[in-house]
Amino acid sequence: MAALVFSCVAIAEEGRLQKECASCHNLTGPVAQTLKDAWARKGPDMFYAGNKYRQEWLVSWLQKPQRIRPAGMYYGDHIKPGPSGDVIDAATLADHVALSKDEAVAIAAELMKNKPHDDLIAREKIEPGTITKQMGEMNFDKFWGCMACHLIEPEYGGFSGPELYTAAKRLQPEFIASFIRNPQAWEPKTWMPNKEVPEGVLQKFVHYFEVLSKESDHAQ
Amino acid sequence: MLNKLLFVVLLACNVQAYATTTEAPAHAREAAADNYKAYCMQCHGTQGNGKGVNIRDMSATPRDHTDAKSMSVRSDETLFKVIKEGGSSISKSILMPPWEGTFSDEEIRDLVQHLRVLCKCQFGS
Repeated sequence: MAALVFSCVAIAEEGRLQKECASCHNLTGPVAQTLKDAWARKGPDMFYAGNKYRQEWLVSWLQKPQRIRPAGMYYGDHIKPGPSGDVIDAATLADHVALSKDEAVAIAAELMKNKPHDDLIAREKIEPGTITKQMGEMNFDKFWGCMACHLIEPEYGGFSGPELYTAAKRLQPEFIASFIRNPQAWEPKTWMPNKEVPEGVLQKFVHYFEVLSKESDHAQ
Repeated sequence: MLNKLLFVVLLACNVQAYATTTEAPAHAREAAADNYKAYCMQCHGTQGNGKGVNIRDMSATPRDHTDAKSMSVRSDETLFKVIKEGGSSISKSILMPPWEGTFSDEEIRDLVQHLRVLCKCQFGS
């Protein structure tokens, strides 16, 4: 934890983002091509942050970081056998440093410049629409089984993937669709399988995540 | 002449057997173990017993790969199919995803052999 604490104001001001934040994040690419490289990552790749995140969310999160992946970047490094099965070993998880508002604004602006995958994003067109929470959940859980690895509520779902009840707040809708459509196009060694999700279902997933995120806002 | 021919054939068989049971499989076994650790362990568990970190809210329990009784009734072809095409392809849970986009056919075949190591069993044994 202490090792992660550094002055991001200085980083932003002195242009040392690459040097300091790169201790945990891949800021330049290329993406991991082997499992060993994928396992070595301490934080999500940021070299395509501008294709992935909502800038306003980055600014907010960097000031008040909260864990998004319940079992860390690679769940295998943060679980241990328990009496009823594997459990998360919280002692192995490190927190992200919190930045000031000025620091967060500066860092987020720098990260949003990283857009190597405009081509993948340009292929996606999200149609306006909505879905009831009940129908969205049935689709997501019962028909596609995605809750196996993802939390759809703070207390419901799997742990090896990132939580999804905040996905629409965090992520650009085109990225959501593109990553589900072909996860390996973004990260060849990701633990996320390609389920060959059809276009209409992709749209429903995006709308469902929007419903979940609004509900999450109300809960807060 | 016949003896010489027999010797050559036997030698070739030995070389083939060595190649398929010692050299290439050692590398393949290691890669399959890594793939299991990266992709399968999240649901099937660090011990391979079906008690992975994700199972708390699942409607179906992941297969216990150490259970020789249940694993020995599934053929290698069935295991290959369920890994490649997912649980629904053999009328099992949708929670088991298709891994066709992640693994090559060769990697899936190696994973099937890894499952045989975990269960210490073969089909029909």
